[in-house]
Amino acid sequence: MPQVTLTVNGKTASVEVEGRTLLVELLRDKLGLTGTHVGCDTSQCGACVVHVDGKAVKSCTMLAVQANGAAVTTIEGLAAADGTLHPMQEAFRENHALQCGFCTPGMVMSAIDIVATHPDGLSEAEIRHCLEGNLCRCTGYHNIVKAVSAAWPVMHGKVAAE
Amino acid sequence: MYDFAYHKPSSVADAVALLGDSEAKALAGGQTFIPVLKQRLNKPSAVVDLAGLGLSGITVTATTVTIGASTTHVTVANSAEVKKAIPGLANLASWIGDVAVRYRGTIGGSLANNDPAACYPSAALALGATIKTNTREIAADDFFQGMFTTALEPGEIILSASFPIPEMSAYEKFRNPASRYAMVGVFVAKTASGVRVAVTGASQGGVFRHTAFETALSANFSASALDGIATPADGLNSDIHGSAAYRAHLVGVMAKRAVAAAA
Repeated sequence: MPQVTLTVNGKTASVEVEGRTLLVELLRDKLGLTGTHVGCDTSQCGACVVHVDGKAVKSCTMLAVQANGAAVTTIEGLAAADGTLHPMQEAFRENHALQCGFCTPGMVMSAIDIVATHPDGLSEAEIRHCLEGNLCRCTGYHNIVKAVSAAWPVMHGKVAAE
Repeated sequence: MYDFAYHKPSSVADAVALLGDSEAKALAGGQTFIPVLKQRLNKPSAVVDLAGLGLSGITVTATTVTIGASTTHVTVANSAEVKKAIPGLANLASWIGDVAVRYRGTIGGSLANNDPAACYPSAALALGATIKTNTREIAADDFFQGMFTTALEPGEIILSASFPIPEMSAYEKFRNPASRYAMVGVFVAKTASGVRVAVTGASQGGVFRHTAFETALSANFSASALDGIATPADGLNSDIHGSAAYRAHLVGVMAKRAVAAAA
């Protein structure tokens, strides 16, 4: 069986997988990182979004073997060691950007990518366009968009985080 | 998903050799292929990952934009050179799927799959692209041969696609509201030798050229030139998202919007 060696949240992991093993299955079932969710399993909902080499991808639509040698960040890897939340997590908390919370890990991972790739500014329309690959079945989009908007200046050092 | 042997060759020759096994399938970005495998619609004995072949990259000359097969949609969408040379092509790439799909999905995969609702085939056909493979060069007019069918032989690998730079171009699509594929997408390209119009998403036969629109637009490149030119509904897709007649109507609407955006 193929051996996959990758970095997950800064730690090296070497795992034996099947060719068909999905990245999300490696994360959840082999490494116990169940913060990454499987929602639709058809690459529509975005609950499984993680960062692979800094890019937000759907881990249900990537084979584990394709991540060999990659650096993966999941929702578990965002907060500081002392528990301080990532600015995006904090913005979600502040703005009540979650209801049931199922979509939240993927939303947060996508949202961080959106903010990072828009250093010159981020309009509400851009946020909504960029979040099209993440579905919230509580339909709590309004506060999610508010949270992303609120996190932008913090992540770009425009205002001091409280 | 059924299990398979996974290979990641580092040369085109090795990839071609591995694909010589008739049960083997090529994997590009996987944004269509992996969902297909999950649905057990395909049962390859081996999957040959093309990501290690070094086929990613964009080269722009005075006349042509050449995009390597493994180039992702996000790379095309964000390329300053593509935006400048063929803005319609960059815009098309920026509306494929969603952000996560655009990070993984590739132009070579899209062209080879020739999904009837994919965006890229319309650009290739309207711009008169040339598809370069490991064995030959294929004109877009010959490449697309119907739904999920191309001129590619078994084991033949796309290396790049070259797009002649038009005077003007634009792409407009009416998106499926849930999945964002093209229910109808129209790519319009104006060159010195005339106008080409390619339609995706609408037809049961996959992407096609709209010759009636091309004739009218070659004479007068304005949206109003398309007034009164009906698109036959025969052979167009009819499903829960829209009837053939509705899609026929959308073809005209999207074409007018594309002309307006290009002009």
